[in-house]
Amino acid sequence: MSGRFRAPSGGRVDRAKPVRFSFDGQSYQGVAGDTLASALLANGVHLVGRSFKYHRPRGIVTAGSDEPNALVGVGADDAHYTPNMRATQIEIYEGLVAESQNRWPSLRFDVGAINEAFAPFLSAGFYYKTFMWPPAAWKRIYEPLIRRAAGLGRAPAKPDPDRYTQVYAHCDVLVIGAGPAGMAAALAASATGARVFLCDEQAEMGGSLLSEKTAMIEGQSAGDWTAGALAGLAARANVTLMPRTTAFGWYPHNFLGLCERITDHLAGADPKLPRERLWQVRATEVVLATGALERPLVFPDNDRPGIMMAEAARIYANRFGVLPGNTAVIFTACDSAYRAALDLKSAGVAVAAIADLRAAPGGVWVDRARAAGMEVREATVVTGTTGRLRIDSVNLGKLGPDGRVSASETIACDLLLTSGGFTPSVHLFSQSRGKLVYDEALRAFLPGTSVERERSVGACRGIFDLEAVLNDGTAGGSGAAEAVGFAGAAGRAFAVDGDSVGSDGFIGVTPHGGDPSRTRAWIDFQNDVTENDVKLAIREGFRSIEHVKRYTTTGMATDQGKTSNMNALGLVSQTLKRPLPQVGLTTFRPPYTPTTFGVFAGQSRGDLFDPVRKTPVHDWAVAQGAVFENVSLWKRAHYFPKPGEDMHAAVVRECRATRQAVGIFDATTLGKIEVVGKDAAELMNRIYTNSWATLEPGRIRYGVILGENGFVMDDGVVGRMAPDRFHITTTTGGASRVLTMMEDYVQTEWPNLDVWLTSTTEEWAVISVQGPLSRKVLEPLVEGIDLSRASMPHMSVREGKICGVPTRLFRVSFTGELGFEVNVPAGYGRAVWEAIVAAGHAYGITPYGTETMHVLRAEKGFIVVGQETDGTVTPDDCGLGWTIGKAKKDFVGKRSLARPAMMAGDRKQLVGLLTVDPKTVLEVGAQVVADPNQPIPMIMLGHVTSSYWSATLNRSIALALVRGGRTRIGTRLSVPMPDGPIAVELVEPIFYDPKGARLDV
Amino acid sequence: MLLIPCPHCGPRAELEFSYGGEAHIARPVDPASIDDDSWVTFLYERSNPRGVHAERWRHLHGCGRFFNVLRDTVSDTIAASYPAGQPRPALSPDGKGTKR
Ligand SMILES: [Zn+2]
Repeated sequence: MSGRFRAPSGGRVDRAKPVRFSFDGQSYQGVAGDTLASALLANGVHLVGRSFKYHRPRGIVTAGSDEPNALVGVGADDAHYTPNMRATQIEIYEGLVAESQNRWPSLRFDVGAINEAFAPFLSAGFYYKTFMWPPAAWKRIYEPLIRRAAGLGRAPAKPDPDRYTQVYAHCDVLVIGAGPAGMAAALAASATGARVFLCDEQAEMGGSLLSEKTAMIEGQSAGDWTAGALAGLAARANVTLMPRTTAFGWYPHNFLGLCERITDHLAGADPKLPRERLWQVRATEVVLATGALERPLVFPDNDRPGIMMAEAARIYANRFGVLPGNTAVIFTACDSAYRAALDLKSAGVAVAAIADLRAAPGGVWVDRARAAGMEVREATVVTGTTGRLRIDSVNLGKLGPDGRVSASETIACDLLLTSGGFTPSVHLFSQSRGKLVYDEALRAFLPGTSVERERSVGACRGIFDLEAVLNDGTAGGSGAAEAVGFAGAAGRAFAVDGDSVGSDGFIGVTPHGGDPSRTRAWIDFQNDVTENDVKLAIREGFRSIEHVKRYTTTGMATDQGKTSNMNALGLVSQTLKRPLPQVGLTTFRPPYTPTTFGVFAGQSRGDLFDPVRKTPVHDWAVAQGAVFENVSLWKRAHYFPKPGEDMHAAVVRECRATRQAVGIFDATTLGKIEVVGKDAAELMNRIYTNSWATLEPGRIRYGVILGENGFVMDDGVVGRMAPDRFHITTTTGGASRVLTMMEDYVQTEWPNLDVWLTSTTEEWAVISVQGPLSRKVLEPLVEGIDLSRASMPHMSVREGKICGVPTRLFRVSFTGELGFEVNVPAGYGRAVWEAIVAAGHAYGITPYGTETMHVLRAEKGFIVVGQETDGTVTPDDCGLGWTIGKAKKDFVGKRSLARPAMMAGDRKQLVGLLTVDPKTVLEVGAQVVADPNQPIPMIMLGHVTSSYWSATLNRSIALALVRGGRTRIGTRLSVPMPDGPIAVELVEPIFYDPKGARLDV
Repeated sequence: MLLIPCPHCGPRAELEFSYGGEAHIARPVDPASIDDDSWVTFLYERSNPRGVHAERWRHLHGCGRFFNVLRDTVSDTIAASYPAGQPRPALSPDGKGTKR
């Protein structure tokens, strides 16, 4: 048998299929179809957790996603562990391992419960009041203390081994919630031919109909009708049924986030399956059929295990065949609890009494309860309860017409069921930015004005009668399909034989006659907020519900106050004597229920987190033992260490080889843009600071691009391939930025220019061959190109063939040596690279990486955008004033350069720094000051932008931006560091071959 | 995620687009003739309205075209989208324009 409290028959569980699971190390047996909550209740277990602040023993309160108490950790090992799962939503499977949270050493004996003794000191705003001073205590005492005490559950310490997938989907009508309203809406909408998604957070669709025992729909039992309706929907090709799928978030333009749980309920799931799937659904129309949540009544000591929602008890009895207790007392303000009492009694639970807050309850349900022999106490409240780990008695009081409460009787029980009526679930509607309106008669906020294309049906808009719900769902479903553009299929009306339970209820704290500062009536179970906390906040001057919420933390737990918000609001309204709608409502935010990080991350983890760009030479560099660095998304060879070499040794060797013989460098990552058209030169003139009109085909030029604000944005060499064709290169990281900027101007400012832009970054492999012997290496490999000094001077480009492959061969140098950049179609990159390496073998050709590239360019004082520039550097600041075409009337950024601040003499300017001790290498980013002994904060004159050991010069070199730097050349400044100041001499920012003699060969 | 109507391709998800700031801020034809204050206004000052905002988007991962959108910054409702270079359309009195 699956527990002492399992009824011999009834419900939707399969008693023939026992399921073993463990909770806090103890083994239990449930049956197929159980949730963890129903299986524990079947075994008589109500105590499932300790509360957040006071570590009060807490039991299962609800049967759904609104559960505030029964949060458990699930997972047999640390990698698979998930904290804060609601026991009411966990489907048990063979071998499930679950544990309670927030208790030590055990659930039944918890040391943290000592907090209860300090309850007077832990009231609202406790953190704000207690941890005020001294400030030094924050880091060592307060913050660790709060961090240990705060937060529910524990985070798993190992990486998540599960997979999560994501899918985009579109539908005509998305129906959220598969209760009677949602099923009717899906039936009606899909009958028109519309493509319909129907999702529901539960494993089984049907909603409230799954626990409906008496009402008949179209002459069928609720269960039979539900089965028929779902079978009908499943048979339609235009319907997608999505059980175990929570619509957790509404994002603009009818874009909804749905989380489908795929394997959490399976023992030994197929490892090919993802654990969860994120559905990102764009729905033309949305039908919200999200139902309503039962509201607890708030009274002193209302948090003991064994106190639960009346409707939840009915669900456990009717749907799971579980008796949540032996003897129940019911405390209600509405008729639905009578229906629950009748169902529980017929399942075998004794009903000791029904305490009804109302003075004169009446109607069919009350009559039936009385006829069944139940004691109905009118105008009666609960004034307190007893029982340590489980309720054992209830104190009742008589509510007088004057509002006073007089003690009346004490009743022994092991179950207290409460109902304060139902709160429509308007979370998603509110997330969609729809406006809520307060309905006085229903005591509920209901959907009002829509912003998005959606409609609400059934209980979530305050319609509770089953027949009305079904017909509202039908109307909503066909209305939504019609709004999409589908016609036909008039909605049929459903006939229901059953009695409505009306819509009575209560909001706030029920009268109890006690001193609120001595009694504890819990409003928010999950965050341990009491009536007294809320009243204290109001006494201390908080009026806005948003402030009361943050000060007391009511409604701020993982359940977002699903069961508590309305009662908190009601209490504020009662206390301030202000109508409830004027108190306002806190904002609903996604996600509706806690959602895993995994499903948001999806496949974007590890190697798939970001795309990786590799050049055609990448694998060759890997085989050579290159060490790589990331430059934007590219993998670039950083250096090529030989056995036993560290970076320093490798770079010294690579630099020497390139300066003395020949080096080879993979420059493929440079951005490349082809600019073509009659007005290509005109566009170049407008975009770049330089003048391009006079550049002849076959020549190349170094160009600089500014933002419209006048600051350097990018640079690179540009070859003119033909009068109407330019081959632009950009920085590795700036390629898309430059193309976007040029497209922007071409499309929006100068649409009349006849010019076309094409990204060719990935079309060309770029092999840079640099050094005095580079010409000797390449000469035997090229056809149709004369590499001689006379025929192909520095800064020229030729087209021809190399190794039989078409090439654009640039004679250009970022090293200060004779050099060539061989552009070949990317597919030939590796072959040509290897051919050059083979040809260069006799000359000692040496592959070098980005570190050597940087050292060589710094020796020549060549800037790197993003290193010597930071978005506040003008061309003049970084020594590129010469690139500005003086005769040009306009170019992007020119006007900004004429602003007074851009021409000020004390701007930071590029200089070279030589440390007085040549062995000292400065740190990039270090500050430059005049007097290192001045008081802190020092006056900072500038900072080091590049700094290297130069093997060529056998000393350190650095570049820096220094205020008024050019006028300080020849003087000494200081770079203060933790180990003491470093004296530096300011020099021209060029350290090697200042006349460029090595290029003119 | 917004559903943005590209005037050239039709409605597409926001992740295909890149945002381009406020629309209808034309670069002066002759910047040299503009005084410093006017130039700074052109460079940096934007209207940042609460309500309908004319803004530029580029269908980066689609047709690549820049175009303009009238979007309500409160509700995110897009009332119109139109090619770059066209004047800002007048909205119907209900503020909803002609396109949804
Ligand atoms: Zn497009």
